[in-house]
Amino acid sequence: MKLKALLALAAGLALAGVAYAAEGDVKHPEPQKWSWEGAFGKFDRQQLQRGYQVYKEVCAACHAMHLVSFRNLSQPGGPEFSEAQMKAIAASFQVPAIDDKGEVIQRAGIPADRFPSPFPNETAARAANNNAYPVDLSVIVKARHDGANYIYALLTGYADTPSEFQLLPGLNYNPYFPGKQIAMPAPLVSDGQVTWPEGNPPATKEQMARDVVAFLAWTAEPKLEERKLMGVQVMIFLLGLSVLLYFAYKRLWRDVDH
Amino acid sequence: MAHGPSTYKPTNAFTRWLDSRLPIIRFLDDTMMQFPTPKNLNYWFTFGGILMIMLVVQIISGIVLAMHYVPHETLAFDSVERIMRDVNYGWLIRYIHSNGASFFFIAVYLHIFRGLYYGSYKAPREVLWLLGIVIYLLMMATGFLGYTLPWGQMSFWGATVITNFFSAIPFVGEAITQWLWGSFAVDNSTLQRFFSLHYLLPFVIAGVVILHIWALHVPGNNNPLGIDVKGPADTVPFHPYYTTKDGFAIAVFLLFFCYFVFFNPNFLGHADNYIPANRLVTPAHIVPEWYYLPLYAVLRSVPDKLFGVILMFGAIFVWALLPWLDTSRVRSNKFRPIMRQLFWILMFVIFILGYLGAQTADDSNLVFFGIELPIGKLLLAQIFTIYYFLHFLVITPLVGLLETPHPVPESISKAVLAKKGAASAASA
Ligand code: HEC
Ligand code: HEM
Repeated sequence: MKLKALLALAAGLALAGVAYAAEGDVKHPEPQKWSWEGAFGKFDRQQLQRGYQVYKEVCAACHAMHLVSFRNLSQPGGPEFSEAQMKAIAASFQVPAIDDKGEVIQRAGIPADRFPSPFPNETAARAANNNAYPVDLSVIVKARHDGANYIYALLTGYADTPSEFQLLPGLNYNPYFPGKQIAMPAPLVSDGQVTWPEGNPPATKEQMARDVVAFLAWTAEPKLEERKLMGVQVMIFLLGLSVLLYFAYKRLWRDVDH
Repeated sequence: MAHGPSTYKPTNAFTRWLDSRLPIIRFLDDTMMQFPTPKNLNYWFTFGGILMIMLVVQIISGIVLAMHYVPHETLAFDSVERIMRDVNYGWLIRYIHSNGASFFFIAVYLHIFRGLYYGSYKAPREVLWLLGIVIYLLMMATGFLGYTLPWGQMSFWGATVITNFFSAIPFVGEAITQWLWGSFAVDNSTLQRFFSLHYLLPFVIAGVVILHIWALHVPGNNNPLGIDVKGPADTVPFHPYYTTKDGFAIAVFLLFFCYFVFFNPNFLGHADNYIPANRLVTPAHIVPEWYYLPLYAVLRSVPDKLFGVILMFGAIFVWALLPWLDTSRVRSNKFRPIMRQLFWILMFVIFILGYLGAQTADDSNLVFFGIELPIGKLLLAQIFTIYYFLHFLVITPLVGLLETPHPVPESISKAVLAKKGAASAASA
């Protein structure tokens, strides 16, 4: 039926169209390939470990991750640092605490602590960042449309300001950010900014950006591998169940005129 | 009448004893096993069973979520994330619940449009149809209340936009809105009462579902031919015939559902809801969940707030009038050549309204795949809204009077035999 075909076409177009609606003239991030995509996708442990290092040495100077504990770093499905490595990582962060005299102090982190903010509070963070707030990065990949591609594009997308563009003082030109000017200065500025252990690819700006995005994808969805594995099992089970029920149904109705 | 005399025979001393005191096994046997069901039901008739499953899925997953969820403005967002990270299989429960709501609505829309196509709202099923509308309204309320609970940006701003519509009511609007909020804005007291009501309403739904099924079991099922059951040759017992057929359909439905739960759990949600609620930052584009979009387009199609709200509720209220607006004596659109086309046009109109509901709220021209169409979004929404109401209020009564339906078969079994005969003649 023509009408139905028309309807189906309109449905398809409209669905695709919603995604494109109302984005203004901001540059769309280019799609990248990520290891965790697809039904069998997994995180790359080495990549998550490198990404952690970029986070710690670069991003942690401004950002926090208050939903992620250090102990998560050695859990299955993540960077899977050894227990000892994870404890050392925790101890390398200073976290706010209260000592036994009631004084506010900083102490070394323990596995149960969360990734702390380098600032005592939001006002201090804003004061240090041109009145912009370095958001918590725990779920940032899920909190942005097309999150992984967007953050990769954002981190690698800083460019010279076009002559016709009116840049406000203290902001940086970045065509991927809504409004095209962002308070965060380019965090990844030179190749080799982070030194990785032997056996890892060279620390180019692009590689560091990819790896820190992978790390943030894991912090946003730490149960991703468990979820996909269970998903494959559930789908196989349901497929088998559907086939059995289909034949039971056909068999039963064989003698009924319908 | 679909009901015959009860055929249940207690088989042992205990069931005989119970049967003469509380004949509950007899009741279940009559209504869920022997219940005579037209033998020509197609897959569109399985969505009722699917809806029952989804209600149970939502209630069970919701009760488990409520064991860990904290309804407080400073804790709600993090408590949901804690469920996702630290509660055993919490991610599973939460993704089942959030995607379950969407699949519940997919099923209910297909179920309603099925009824529209096959004329299931006509006598003697008007009360059944009206109870269905009550369930749908309760579902809309429940979904809205639930969506505020994770207290992300869309939760907060969605709740703000929707509750603000009540302020359009003349004279008492502001008082009612503040009464709903429990405050002077959407805040912690709003969240806590929304949680309380979100817990309550699904059980109210379950109650109305019981009435709905009661009202179904008096006249019995409608069927794709839309004709009454004439005798035992037209029916089969519900069990095992429809338990297996529905079972198969439910398994396939769950396959689609599980694809989203396990492989694309955030596809039907909005990224902004992973940003904690912030009353100082308005999102660039506040959109409700997909299942409200057509109604949202109707609401925004009128500049006047009060009229918009009336129109939005009116868009559902016209369904309640439908049994009396439809003047045709033929139920199924299978035999109504004109109404059948109009049905698909209505589906198209609702779909476009949904599309428009997802657009930004301004009167710019519609941009479709980068191509600017020479028509404003507002005007388009107005045209489609007007058509929507015309369909029910004018076109349906007129077409019922003017259209000449195709001849309707005498009985379900005769129609089946005729179809079989034609098929074997063609293959010979
Ligand atoms: C010098 C401090 C600083 C450093 C270092 C820094 N950021 Fe930021 N970041 C900011 C500030 C400030 C903002 C808020 C920007 C705004 O709102 O204009 C921000 C915003 C962001 C955003 C949100 C963008 C959006 O769409 O709202 C992301 C994602 C982000 N940073 C990632 C990173 C990553 C990854 C790193 C490490 C590679 C990093 N940042 C290092 C200060 C910093
Ligand atoms: C008609 C059935 C129901 C529907 C349609 C429904 C819908 C929803 C929706 C859309 C959400 C937001 C999900 C998200 O984005 O995270 C939600 C959250 C929630 N619901 Fe329900 N729900 C139903 C039944 C219940 C029941 C019976 C309970 C409790 C007994 C419940 C408890 C919760 C809780 C605690 C949350 C917050 C956690 C979260 O956001 O994931 N729900 N519900």
